[in-house]
Amino acid sequence: MRMRISGARVVDPANGVNEITDVTIFDGRVQSVGKVPDGFDAERVLDASGLVLIPGIVDLRARLREPGAEHKATIASESCAAARGGITTLCCPPDTDPIIDTPAVAELIHQRATASGHARVEVLGALTRNLDGRNIAEMGALKEAGCLGVSNAMQPVSDTEVMRRAMEYAATFGLTVFVNAEDPWLARDRLVHDGAVGTRLGLPGIPEIAESIGVARELLLVEQTGTRTHFCHLSTGPAVDMVRDARSHGLPVSADVAIHQLLLTEADVGSFDGYCHVRPPLRSLDDRARLRAGVRAGVLGSICSDHQPHELDAKLKPFSETEPGISALDSLLALVLGLVYDDELTLPQAVAALTSGPAATLGIDRGTLSAGAAADVCLFDPEEQWVLDDASMQSRGHNTPFKGHTCKGRVRCTLVGGRVVFESQPV
Amino acid sequence: MISTGKTLQVDAHGRLKHFLTIDGLERELLINILDTAESFAGVGERAVKKVPLLRGKTIVNLFFEPSTRTRTTFELAAKRLSADVLNINASTSSTTKGESLLDTLRTLEAMHCDMFVVRHAQSGAAHFIARHAAPHISVINGGDGRHAHPTQAMLDMFTIRRHKGDFASLKVAIVGDVAHSRVARSQIHALTTLGAAQVRIVAPRTLVPPGVESLGVTVHQHLRAGLAGADVVILLRLQNERMQGALLPSSHEYFQYYGVTEEKLAVADPDAIVMHPGPLNRGVEIDSDVADGPRSVILRQVSYGIAIRMAVMSMAIGSHAAAERELS
Repeated sequence: MRMRISGARVVDPANGVNEITDVTIFDGRVQSVGKVPDGFDAERVLDASGLVLIPGIVDLRARLREPGAEHKATIASESCAAARGGITTLCCPPDTDPIIDTPAVAELIHQRATASGHARVEVLGALTRNLDGRNIAEMGALKEAGCLGVSNAMQPVSDTEVMRRAMEYAATFGLTVFVNAEDPWLARDRLVHDGAVGTRLGLPGIPEIAESIGVARELLLVEQTGTRTHFCHLSTGPAVDMVRDARSHGLPVSADVAIHQLLLTEADVGSFDGYCHVRPPLRSLDDRARLRAGVRAGVLGSICSDHQPHELDAKLKPFSETEPGISALDSLLALVLGLVYDDELTLPQAVAALTSGPAATLGIDRGTLSAGAAADVCLFDPEEQWVLDDASMQSRGHNTPFKGHTCKGRVRCTLVGGRVVFESQPV
Repeated sequence: MISTGKTLQVDAHGRLKHFLTIDGLERELLINILDTAESFAGVGERAVKKVPLLRGKTIVNLFFEPSTRTRTTFELAAKRLSADVLNINASTSSTTKGESLLDTLRTLEAMHCDMFVVRHAQSGAAHFIARHAAPHISVINGGDGRHAHPTQAMLDMFTIRRHKGDFASLKVAIVGDVAHSRVARSQIHALTTLGAAQVRIVAPRTLVPPGVESLGVTVHQHLRAGLAGADVVILLRLQNERMQGALLPSSHEYFQYYGVTEEKLAVADPDAIVMHPGPLNRGVEIDSDVADGPRSVILRQVSYGIAIRMAVMSMAIGSHAAAERELS
């Protein structure tokens, strides 16, 4: 269908666009950004004055809970929630049940996502079989089944020799390795950041160096193997510095940060707030400041939701018994915009971290509005205020410490391949 | 995001609703607890050891961790207030069948109790129960994980006040495994809130929790320096598990360098008192000569514990009664 979206502020950092202009879409692809081509006869025109148009958000890490934990959420429920949040591509880590260490599981997820017809779903395959950290997975087959990279999710690969060989094997197939960099012994059985708050609450803490040591080991292995490696959910200032230095020396590494780490700190655990139980833990004010600086500098090229929906019971327990994770799809865009409104990020920096940055990490041709690109688009009202609560959350999981928060910025329309997958009211 | 320790524990009129942690409570309230305990201290010496304050009330001892002494003192305190007592030893009950803490709570609430005394292995468990319990129920923390043991700290403060008077001039040394101790954390909050001149902790590096200075203490690694001129020496129990997990090599070495003996106490104030929450590990954190010697007030601590618990229970249930009267 031929569609024209007129009068929006178009922000497409990949192409250096940040202006009020028109966008035309034809046959599921972006035809033009700027002057409407002569003779373009739109079947549908969206009057987007006052709205902002960005490439559809690419969320690097979202747990959809299917297969294996459908009592928490499903691919259908979460891809629908994603579309309502302007997210057009979700990437799912391999720690489903069964684990994505066989092509069949990857195919299942792709089929369910297509059948649901909302956001696109990409998957990462397992680095080791059953995520056991000992035997490498059949990465060739996983790549052929469409996995964009491999990962050991939150399970450690303690044996350095195994990690080295796994990285070499991944590189053989051109797969990016996504790592959770954390020294397993320093982090074992610990819950919060190792510092004054943890001491006050009597909760065992994970020291900052657990992440630094993990990052250091992986960086030396990258130097040795040349494997493209992405550091997931960094949480400490020192880790950001290490990744920055590695990149300046030409190592093929990238990193992301979860949106909650840019907003919350260890103090938010307060009096044992289980909604603030996350992994890696919320850290210090200094870490948060350095993470924000890392996004501005492009060292942290992506901001992701790190979406982990849970059923109510998972958080209705004493802190150490709660399951970690925040349900974040519904609030990702609004919370990132909050950083823009607080002058922590410019709008182009924020949009890049949500679109072109993650797309580049995944190696997919998305997150841009280049001519010929798939028309995955998010159109939002930057001024509309709304409250994040049980009524407004679309994800099956409502586990978020941001409940009650007044958000500014709301999605009006989301397109995937030029098809409307969400529209709050006809634009 | 979540109410602070103070607003969960104290109602709008400054009355104690729940007693979960000393952290966040004001000095006046702590003094009030000590003064209330003074009035109960005589009850145990009388022939009829009861006052009718909590007659008709039901207090549930909900203990998820085994404990004889703490549970017994809470039970005695409740009975001296004429309350009915229910002891739930949750380590043998339905929790081992996988019942969630919340379901256990709801089941007990259906039996119309007025107060839970909770001891649990996880830090924050008492807060969790206080947040989810029905509005008329008071929760007393009998010890949660490593976080807090507020009634123990208050009986320790009662002991100090009885034997050493005002806190403002006192140098207090807490010796031992502070990192894993809920008693130490509560004592530190109480001492700093009551205005002790110096609060020192004495421990090897492996047993000092990170950022502990922010609680208002100075840290000593050597026992003699830590005890120099101290008016109050509080010893913490060293659990056997600490000798595994790379924290300490042996109880023998611990006793050499951190065990308190008469000889080590020579540097403390001549009138210093020695305290210990019990039970004692003789030959590990304390020498028998000290435990049984003239400076030890360890056995007095136990009897003061009943008075403190009577005070806290009557204040908390009393607040609910007063609040209900105001609403009706």
